[in-house]
Amino acid sequence: MASSCMGIGGEGSAPAAPHVLAVDDSSVDRAVITGILRSSKFRVTAVDSAKRALELLGSVCGLTEPQIISRFRNFRFLCCIACAITYSCIGLQGANVSMIITDYWMPDMTGYELLKKVKESSKLREIPVVIMSSENVPTRINRCLEEGAEDFLLKPVRRSDVSRLCSRVLP
Amino acid sequence: MQRTKGYLDEQFCQIEDLQDETSPNFAEEVVSLFFKDSVRLVTNIEQAMEKYPEDFNRWDAHMQQLKGSCYSIGASKMNNECTLFRNNCGQENAEGCMRSFQKVKREHAILRQKLESYFQLLRQAGPAGTATRPAGK
Repeated sequence: MASSCMGIGGEGSAPAAPHVLAVDDSSVDRAVITGILRSSKFRVTAVDSAKRALELLGSVCGLTEPQIISRFRNFRFLCCIACAITYSCIGLQGANVSMIITDYWMPDMTGYELLKKVKESSKLREIPVVIMSSENVPTRINRCLEEGAEDFLLKPVRRSDVSRLCSRVLP
Repeated sequence: MQRTKGYLDEQFCQIEDLQDETSPNFAEEVVSLFFKDSVRLVTNIEQAMEKYPEDFNRWDAHMQQLKGSCYSIGASKMNNECTLFRNNCGQENAEGCMRSFQKVKREHAILRQKLESYFQLLRQAGPAGTATRPAGK
């Protein structure tokens, strides 16, 4: 099972482990989901809010790279270049994220709202998004699935849930 | 472990099962995060109950967060008390809430004591002073 989770189809070279972005405002839940994902041989980045997730994905309120650079015009020249390089490295490729797994209920921006933003973005919409929640609310689940969520997991998330996801979501 | 007495459930085993050579103290780290979080959340609830009398929605929202954390580490007994508190909020029973909250705090203190002892025992039993689960589980 671990080998089927490795890589996203390298071409001759050793495939890199898929990179999963985990989003949860609870430090306990972040630690648990990170542990589960790492034990399934994923690379994990865990953030505590949807806003941070979007920053990492390079979305930054939908700004294009030239717009980002122009926003930094007032800063020193080096800072400008550093930002341009950073955004071109991670922004345009969406930080090479193979899957997003997010808590539903978070202050400021919910997992559902994050899902919508991802699916609205031409850069990001192909990334599978999985929602987690400790509450079993059918209308909530349906709404997320209709919006394009790959799956909806009830917390506490188990290793078996993640293995099942892996075989379905990743090639 | 104490799960036979209902303090911790299967979820705690799942967390322990995630321990390996790269994360030998994973369970203890998660538990430590839990208590850091739970102490803060209990304080929030206490303050909310004092500052906003009978604001059941607010009390409930705070307790929902604490309950979520309990659920995540398998703290079933404490989780049950959190549920009872939320039920009292739903029924707008302030006195019931006060009583439930005392029980939540008590379970919290007991759980902390038991887990601290548990990890201490593991450290003594495990090799090279690392807190690992006893072999043969």
